Amino acid sequence: MSGLKTNNRAVKWLDSRLPIVSTMNHHLVDYPAPRNLNYLWNFGSLAGIVLVVMIVTGILLAMQYTPHVDHAFDSVERIMRDVNYGWLVRYIHMNGASFFFIVVYAHMLRGLYYGSYKAPREVLWGLGVIILLLMMATAFMGYVLPWGQMSFWGATVITNLFSAIPWGIGDALVTWLWGGFSVDNPTLNRFFALHYLLPFVIVAVVFLHLWALHAFGSNNPLGIDAKGPQDKIPFHPYYTVKDMFGLGVFLIIFAAFVFYAPNYMGHPDNYIEANPLVTPAHIVPEWYFLPFYAMLRAITFDISIPFTGIVLIEAKLGGVLVMFGSIILLFFLPWLDSSPVRSARFRPLYKQFFWLLVIAAVVLGYVGAMPPEQPWVTVGQIATAYYFIHFLIILPLLSKLERPKPLPASISEPVLRSGNQSTEKA
Amino acid sequence: MADSAHAGHGGEGETRRDFLYLATGAMGAVGVAAVAWPLIDTLNPSADVLALATTEVDVSQIQEGQAITVTWRGKPVFIRHRTADEIEEAESVPLSDLMDPETDEARVVNPSFLVMVGICTHLGCVPLGQRAGDPKGDFGGWFCPCHGSHYDTSGRIRRGPAPRNLDVPEYDFRDDTTIVIG
Amino acid sequence: MKKLAIIAAAAAFLGLAQAPTVQAAEEVEIPSRDWSFDGLFGTFDRAKQQRGLQVYREVCAACHGLRLVSFRNLADLGYNEEEIRTIAADYQVEDGPDGDGEMFMRDGSASDRFPPPFANENAARAANGGAYPPDLSLITKARADGSNYLYHLLTGYQDPPADVEMMDGMYYNAYFPGHQIAMAPPLMEGVVDYADGTPATVSQMAEDVTYFLTWAAEPHMEARKIMGMKVILFLLIFTGLLYAVKRKIWADLH
Repeated sequence: MSGLKTNNRAVKWLDSRLPIVSTMNHHLVDYPAPRNLNYLWNFGSLAGIVLVVMIVTGILLAMQYTPHVDHAFDSVERIMRDVNYGWLVRYIHMNGASFFFIVVYAHMLRGLYYGSYKAPREVLWGLGVIILLLMMATAFMGYVLPWGQMSFWGATVITNLFSAIPWGIGDALVTWLWGGFSVDNPTLNRFFALHYLLPFVIVAVVFLHLWALHAFGSNNPLGIDAKGPQDKIPFHPYYTVKDMFGLGVFLIIFAAFVFYAPNYMGHPDNYIEANPLVTPAHIVPEWYFLPFYAMLRAITFDISIPFTGIVLIEAKLGGVLVMFGSIILLFFLPWLDSSPVRSARFRPLYKQFFWLLVIAAVVLGYVGAMPPEQPWVTVGQIATAYYFIHFLIILPLLSKLERPKPLPASISEPVLRSGNQSTEKA
Repeated sequence: MADSAHAGHGGEGETRRDFLYLATGAMGAVGVAAVAWPLIDTLNPSADVLALATTEVDVSQIQEGQAITVTWRGKPVFIRHRTADEIEEAESVPLSDLMDPETDEARVVNPSFLVMVGICTHLGCVPLGQRAGDPKGDFGGWFCPCHGSHYDTSGRIRRGPAPRNLDVPEYDFRDDTTIVIG
Repeated sequence: MKKLAIIAAAAAFLGLAQAPTVQAAEEVEIPSRDWSFDGLFGTFDRAKQQRGLQVYREVCAACHGLRLVSFRNLADLGYNEEEIRTIAADYQVEDGPDGDGEMFMRDGSASDRFPPPFANENAARAANGGAYPPDLSLITKARADGSNYLYHLLTGYQDPPADVEMMDGMYYNAYFPGHQIAMAPPLMEGVVDYADGTPATVSQMAEDVTYFLTWAAEPHMEARKIMGMKVILFLLIFTGLLYAVKRKIWADLH
């Protein structure tokens, strides 16, 4: 866009050789953003900031942590008791993981509601799903590191998922993942190494995510393309200050948890050192995995060819497929929903189904925390079914059947009362 | 902050606005600094490390002429039970002969026991001279094999590249036979 | 738009709220007591903590370790260096090897941790009819609603109801999950002799030891809450300023 506006010769010298200053300027200062973004658009930059907070606190914790089954638990307690401000850094990291997921889930729901995944932003959306998968892997392995009871049994249960793969591959794979015959020191060591590595992979994918974003610019609450410069404003100062304000609000809520309820989102059992001989009464994953955990447990039946008794997919494998499928499905979302209208504001039916999906996800989260008994099994099965029906059946049908409301002519013009201005159809 | 977008507003509104920006910016800077300190401080010695900053040593078992090496704050500390000859030798050296002039008296609490950090002041090697068979250098004290520094029976540098005498840690006799270092 | 934001936030927090409700479903309802360390400005009570330390040392320590707590940490309870050295010296700590390669016992010092009552878990089980007395360093964080649970467990011994068949060597406790606990009622009226003249009732001792162990599990709680006050106050003002700046900057646009 506009060139570098500086008279500083040192900056000019550097920029002509490595255009880092003008690139930063282009993407963070002058970047033209739609003028009508609402506060739900704060969650993207917020997620980036939380990622940095997690990496900074994580590196400091890694300097004090000992990845060995005999010392891991005590080294975390040493951080909590003896290291200067260690309790603060650890509580920020621990609660930061939960808040990272809150922010990212909000970011995704915003994308779902306003159709941000649609052309030409399919790759942007796909990269986001990859970030989510990487985050889940990182969070899962991070939860193992304190080596409490939930760490150990969570690691055992989740790695055992892979044993569902048939033909003997699964068992060999699980042994390979463990580096032994149970979750033990080799497992802890490799989880620590990967937990340190993956956040930097996330950073790399975040850069791709931003690259893809800036190729076409941000979507907006109306879901229509910008018609010209009158529809856009420079990112700085308008969105920098808005993001900063949003960050302030976020930090107040975050601080309330870190300082006054630091263990609220954790589980008491993780303050008991891992014991391979005693399983806790309830194994519950971290809250952000609960909907997926519920889908895993929803498949309580073998899938077989009717009347023959030939089992195609055993229940265990079915659960694993459904759980991973629920995320893989998101990659295909831009093609499952082919409606040309992006924003749910102009899609009366989609809007209702969107909220049904949100309810299904919350219900799944609740079921995931409950013991696997009735009525929760049935409730979980219904919610799981809805989740898949939403993406695989409802969205393609809606794309064909739904009559969207008329779209406004442009971002800068207020929505006209008469609905004949609809031009955005292609 | 106040860039071209705000041009055209003048006078008092401008001042009030500038003050608001300034106050916000200043508060942000204070906030960043306040966050930075705890993070940096995590790297300082922790409470359990500081708790081990003192070491107690029982010296009653060291025979005259023998020396022991103990660990204090992760470093070797030499404790030599000196013979009368060694004390005599250390005390009789004229200060003018020394590279880093210091009396023997200033380096000991009880002349029988010489307590020093066993790290050569040149580049941090551990000098020889603790065990019976070790080379003790040309002055009967310690000899650093890395670059050939010779220390006398008071641990003072006499020849070689080392700039200073061996350091004497802060220590005290709790009773006749117990030294508390640190 | 607001509705959307509110519902999304509510959904997210509903998701959060469910984890803790799980345990409550199956376990006994634990009544809440007032603790001085509750709330935004909560602090510990030094006198109660010191008495609690006495209860721990004279009663609990026979079977339960406190392996993550060092004697030097007792400075938090208001003890000075001399008093801490005296307390530490009451304990024998294994050290070594000495010059002959032998391990030896010596008096504890401030930097030592509370020595364990048993050499290892197997020894602990052998001495306690198969039950393992858990280490108490983190007990109030390792149990749901830990401080209330601990107090009520210690005061919750009762005669079993007529329809409950007790297993051998088990005691009926109203608040223990399953109600059958291997630990004999540990607190008896007057089992310790408080130096400050406080009557050593079971409920007094249970309260005191809960104060002590809540501190042991989270020794930096007071610092955390004080810092939280400052941080949140700062953020409220800073965020308010940011909002004003945002309003001013965006005012040009409308």
